[in-house]
Amino acid sequence: MPFDTTNPEKFRAEIRAWLAENCPAEMQDGDTTADSICWGGRNWTFQSDAQKQWLNVCAENGLTCPTWPQEYGGAGFDRDQEKVWLSELDRINARLPLQSFGIWMLGPALLHFGSHEQKLHYLPPITRGEIRWCQGYSEPGAGSDLASVQSKGEDKGDHWLVNGQKVWTSYADKADWIFALIRTDKDAPKHKGISFLLFDMQSGGVSTRPIKLISGASPFCETFFDDVKVPKDQIVGTENRGWDVAKYLLTHEREMISGGGSGRGAGRSLAKVLADAGHDLSEASLRTEAIACDIEEMSVALTIERYKDQAAGGKGVGDASAMLKYAGTELNKRKHELFMSAGGSEALQWDGATGSLPADWLRTKANSIEGGTSEVMLSIISKRVLGLPG
Amino acid sequence: MTNLTLNEDETMLVDSARGFLDEASPVEKFRELRDAGKAYNPELWKQMADLGWTGVLVPEDQGGIDMGHAAANLLAQEMGKTLVSSPFISTAVMAATALRQVADNPRAAEALAKIASGDLTYALALDEGVKHAPSKTQMQAERVGNGFSLSGEKTFVVDGGSADRLLVLARTGDADDALTLFDIPADRDGITRTAQNMIDARDSAQISFDGVEATGEDVVGTVDQAMSVLNPALRAGQAALAAEMTGLSSGAFGMTVSYLQERKQFGVLIGQFQALQHRAAHLWSDIEVTTSTIANAGRMMDEDPENAALAVSLAKARACQTAKLAVMEGVQMHGGIGMTDAFDMGFFMKRARVAQEWLGDYGYHAEQIAKIKGY
Repeated sequence: MPFDTTNPEKFRAEIRAWLAENCPAEMQDGDTTADSICWGGRNWTFQSDAQKQWLNVCAENGLTCPTWPQEYGGAGFDRDQEKVWLSELDRINARLPLQSFGIWMLGPALLHFGSHEQKLHYLPPITRGEIRWCQGYSEPGAGSDLASVQSKGEDKGDHWLVNGQKVWTSYADKADWIFALIRTDKDAPKHKGISFLLFDMQSGGVSTRPIKLISGASPFCETFFDDVKVPKDQIVGTENRGWDVAKYLLTHEREMISGGGSGRGAGRSLAKVLADAGHDLSEASLRTEAIACDIEEMSVALTIERYKDQAAGGKGVGDASAMLKYAGTELNKRKHELFMSAGGSEALQWDGATGSLPADWLRTKANSIEGGTSEVMLSIISKRVLGLPG
Repeated sequence: MTNLTLNEDETMLVDSARGFLDEASPVEKFRELRDAGKAYNPELWKQMADLGWTGVLVPEDQGGIDMGHAAANLLAQEMGKTLVSSPFISTAVMAATALRQVADNPRAAEALAKIASGDLTYALALDEGVKHAPSKTQMQAERVGNGFSLSGEKTFVVDGGSADRLLVLARTGDADDALTLFDIPADRDGITRTAQNMIDARDSAQISFDGVEATGEDVVGTVDQAMSVLNPALRAGQAALAAEMTGLSSGAFGMTVSYLQERKQFGVLIGQFQALQHRAAHLWSDIEVTTSTIANAGRMMDEDPENAALAVSLAKARACQTAKLAVMEGVQMHGGIGMTDAFDMGFFMKRARVAQEWLGDYGYHAEQIAKIKGY
């Protein structure tokens, strides 16, 4: 650990010096678009030497997952230190060294529910970008009603025999391992018969089929399990109590989709869209909407910060995270409508000067569906936060 | 690092404020004032002074508790929840913020001490038209001998009818910002105050100045440089008002959710209808998001005042939108009863409308944000 965490001012100076020495210039381009993300994994092809170097030097120092404990590959930073780290990254427009479902979702769930051995086994490869995870949650008959999952695991003594189908599995065709909700007791009430299982995507009987979306891309897959053998120690938490893990993980997923997962996430700037399209803000409705979106963006970002501060202070956010998901995703859709409008006809071409904007615009439409729809979020708030009758 | 949650002192302040106000100034007290045609209750003001609230922004040297803007905002937020009517924002927030910048002046120091002890109230006589626009000030302060002669009209001066003293903004030069701030007693010769019958039943006055004499002593800070003392005071007032409006939104929302949980139609509680549940959940989300902007404005003013303008305009802009939504949903979800004078929701709606206009509405602050952002 090269940083003095006992003295805040010294800490910032050391982070700054470390970045100056270790962050490659190519990684300081402020690019936060989907194409620039480093996902890692067995099959990952680095886009540049700089991307590889940046990942490795961060991983060696626990900085891909700075708040995780050092023994599991993190840097052991507290909330204030994490803020310093992120603000110093922002200051030099640095890219994040690594992003993944392992970092955003499985990691937090394992840190909360996993055994010490499981943490030692699964977390360090996530921090080094060696294993890429995907999430096996939704099924054809279990969307908003997620607890209705039917994929089943039969108890065969030392393993479960898993059969069924998942859908909307993000990047399943590129992932190394999956964390999946599997029904291990078909007679129990629907929330009480689910287990949270982990298994290798190279296991016999696992296959994937990408789904082509309206954006032309195929980030989601159908995933099939046909007599997949899952060893008994590859379960997180207790048998048939996987819903507790699933719910805990969903709160992290919601924060991520709201834009809070990376702690940054301003993404594309309106000024750049306008410049790329040769447009300006002279039109009254465009300017009005730009200001309104700015107000919303700053306000939602502050709310994400406030909730994180609250969580760091030991007061759980719990069901209120549904609000971050709702507000963040609705805002993201609104912003992309503005971007498309600002881009004009230039943004109507798949390969125009605005780059991936049209595909990104279409992609945002899923934000308010995945991880629980906006309507499900509002129902969670009304029932569990406001206590309105069911 | 800036932390947007309440610290221990702030949590205690909020808890004690809520406890005190629930007892001393629930919404019924506002109704009594309205029915009696009174703007505020001087006894309550004295109690607020005893609790240290009127001195929340007054330095300890002048007898204040000097807890900072975040704390002042929290007090305003609690007052908003039960529609507490008092000169808190004019006097304890804005006048105190203006005067403490010149606290090395003995007269300002004395005034600050009297604000803290609850013995002096102020109003800020700034605007001359229907919209907040201090830079458009036309009122002249003509140089006469060693002093000035003030002539012109100020309007919608909040707390202007009851205030002991006025901070008056007047033009002393041709340049746009050649403005000077005067601190004068409200009963000085040549001043005529006319009450304005406001929808929120609070104190607002039209004030005419007819050759009112002012001395060099009456100038707050430096001649021609009013904005250097006034800007921080305006920001403090805007943030506190945004906080009051957020408290008001929570108050209206609390009544509305309670109603959804008790009112039956078609044989069921109306809170079971998803159409209303989702609207209530949306409004709750909106109040939560605005609450974050209030916390941020307080922290920025306390920790980085030079760069607080964006944070304050953000808070006021969003608080205007939230309060509007909260009172509209409040009346709609209450149905007919929400339209009656006997029910309190109308008070929230009328106060929200006045508070939107005071010190700049959504449009004013959206424009400030656009300018800061370079649009």
